[in-house]
Amino acid sequence: MAHVETLQKRMTFGELGLLITFGLLAFASIIIFARAWTPEYAFHALLFAAGSIAAVFAIGNRYLDRPAAPPPQTIDGKPNYNLGPIKFATIAAVVWGVAGFLVGLIIALQLAYPWLNLDLPWISFGRLRPLHTSAVIFAFGGNVLIGSSLYVVQRTCRARLAGDLAPWFVVLGYNFFIVVAGTGYLLGITQSKEYAEPEWYSDLWLTVVWVVYLLVYLATIWKRKEPHIFVANWFYLAFILTIAVLHLGNNATIPLSLFSPKSYIVWAGVQDAMVQWWYGHNAVGFFLTAGFLGLMYYFVPKRAERPIYSYRLSIIHFWALIFLYIWAGPHHLHYTALPDWAQTLGMTFSVMLWMPSWGGMINGLMTLSGAWDKLRTDPVLRMMAVSVAFYGMSTFEGPMMSVKAVNSLSHYTDWTIGHVHSGALGWVAYISFGAVYCLVPWLWNRPGLYSLRLVNWHFWISTLGIVLYVSAMWVSGILQGLMWRAYTALGFLEYSFIETVEAMHPFYVIRALGGLLFLVGGLIMAWNIWKTIVAVEPQSTSDSGQPALVPAE
Amino acid sequence: MSLWNKHSILEKNSILLVIGILIVVSIGGLVEIAPLYYLKSTIEAVEGVRPYTPLELIGRNIYVREGCYTCHSQMIRPLRDEVERYGHYSLAAESMYDRPFQWGSKRTGPDLARVGGKYSDEWHREHLIDPRSVVPASIMPGYSWLVRTPVDARNIAVDMKVQAALGVPYSDEMIKNARADLLTQANPDAGDVDALQERYPKALARDFDGDPRAVTEADALIAYLQMLGAQVDFSLYDGKANLR
Repeated sequence: MAHVETLQKRMTFGELGLLITFGLLAFASIIIFARAWTPEYAFHALLFAAGSIAAVFAIGNRYLDRPAAPPPQTIDGKPNYNLGPIKFATIAAVVWGVAGFLVGLIIALQLAYPWLNLDLPWISFGRLRPLHTSAVIFAFGGNVLIGSSLYVVQRTCRARLAGDLAPWFVVLGYNFFIVVAGTGYLLGITQSKEYAEPEWYSDLWLTVVWVVYLLVYLATIWKRKEPHIFVANWFYLAFILTIAVLHLGNNATIPLSLFSPKSYIVWAGVQDAMVQWWYGHNAVGFFLTAGFLGLMYYFVPKRAERPIYSYRLSIIHFWALIFLYIWAGPHHLHYTALPDWAQTLGMTFSVMLWMPSWGGMINGLMTLSGAWDKLRTDPVLRMMAVSVAFYGMSTFEGPMMSVKAVNSLSHYTDWTIGHVHSGALGWVAYISFGAVYCLVPWLWNRPGLYSLRLVNWHFWISTLGIVLYVSAMWVSGILQGLMWRAYTALGFLEYSFIETVEAMHPFYVIRALGGLLFLVGGLIMAWNIWKTIVAVEPQSTSDSGQPALVPAE
Repeated sequence: MSLWNKHSILEKNSILLVIGILIVVSIGGLVEIAPLYYLKSTIEAVEGVRPYTPLELIGRNIYVREGCYTCHSQMIRPLRDEVERYGHYSLAAESMYDRPFQWGSKRTGPDLARVGGKYSDEWHREHLIDPRSVVPASIMPGYSWLVRTPVDARNIAVDMKVQAALGVPYSDEMIKNARADLLTQANPDAGDVDALQERYPKALARDFDGDPRAVTEADALIAYLQMLGAQVDFSLYDGKANLR
């Protein structure tokens, strides 16, 4: 007994459990490393072993350094918010965002100048493209969602995050998943199911992390001091729950062996296609929409200092949105071997989905009533307002493209890519940038950002980038779709396939330029965030001065 | 008025909110997915469709590994221009052994659902090594390492066993002869082609990459590409038979 204070220092159940778990995982990983069927898998086993050993040391060190008593739930009557894991997720989001935009720029250039593939397996387009989509959706978007949700749930419940090590486990474990998944693509470990590329062991790890995430989130809600669960939390909760269901359904695989990275999915052919797009479209619906609507419902009213426009609208559009979205998957499979009735259901529900989507847009934009003048002076709020406008635009374009007649032209072309990016860059990235710009001063207790002028530059450069990107893809997509179906006067197909590829070149160059501008914007943000943390003097008060939000009604 | 107040029950009880969300998000998926397991058009058996040979399966796994789906679809839609450009529209049965399905969502390159037999093996070999040597305007990456890399077939029988457990009709005999069939298909002089074709009707057996020294990844991938869409004889196929 080194020192006995008023309270005897004892290892918590969580600390002991995690120490044992990570010890066993390190041991198992080393055995798998030794017997792995492929060197790529051995490398991943080594990563798991190194991560587990690092976790053991970190937990042990933390135990030795920490005071005997657990952190207080409140200080001077105010909730003692747990901000460490959120800080990590916020910085990770910025880093992954820049990395993801960079890989996007590289693959855009590869399509314009194919020699850039360099004939190397690790950087060929087919392996880098999933790296790009995963980096921006799951690494950048995922860290924004996890970080912001853990912040919002504490603030709106007026309670410290549940769990001691659990929030750290969620944040670090999730980022470890990103590293394993991303390096796997480069090494050729992939299921080649769009947006669900990670193999069985990464999926299993993510499942564990996700369940802990759900528990931390729910347990914090259970500690709430407010009787009502704030609307942002409904959206976050729908996102966490539904992603869990989708992830399990679409990754139901049987591995060849514990020592092989390869697995086969239990669904095959047309059933696999339907399950995949049930997953795929709702990765959009729940990861990229419901989750980010959660952000919108907290950060827009907060930054505008206005109440949410309509509480009733939020109820209606919440339930309508999550009910209708799930049906929309088959619009990715129009005119395929999927039965017609399923395609028609997918189309019909996609068109209906337009309404709850616009319900969210209206609720977000109208929250600015009485604060429109702030768009002129506050580039952060402007970014979020524009993001909601982009949300409205892409959720109109989506239903339109899901109409079978339109889809027969747009499907398989760059129009889809353009649509995705108007949503991903305009909506998801912009609301995320806005949230990060809000969060960093709050988390690090700074009076404000290092430079609002830099935010302004970020806004205009990346907006120009989005416009170039999206309009280039509209033109190339519609052009290619029309060329594929063009007939000569004699009734022959007018263009060979390769002629339609050649016609894409100028648009691929413009698209890459748009991507470059967006990346430059991201770098400006990273610089601004960095300077805010290291060069801005902290505020004098212990609290960041943000009043607690009053829940809806 | 009272309905709005009712909603506060959900707002005050997280477990009810969780249950409500789970119910609401389950309905659509169940309605759309479950029937696909008993409707005739999605579980039809079509004459000619057979499981992949060991070599084709390895080739398919290379296709999956390299992310070919990011640029190539394998699903011909029943639209006039597509049928004229690529061939008969794709049937559900033609991908019944595809785990995962590779229908794709983007055609940066052409559809491959019926690429089998369209080009020679030599064309595929040159195209994989340097796409621009045969199609000057192509923007496809070169896959020159495929012709240099021998296939990893140590555990091919395990692949087939797992697939058999999932319902693919790989017999014990097929699994037992997996390695022999693989070598025979890439080098017909070395084995019993008749036995291979008895197990896998119409399997093409030849040295796909023109390099007799080794069975390479290019052998496997070309063997897969050359059988794509060539299993069903559409002069005999009765499309109306599957209408309900």
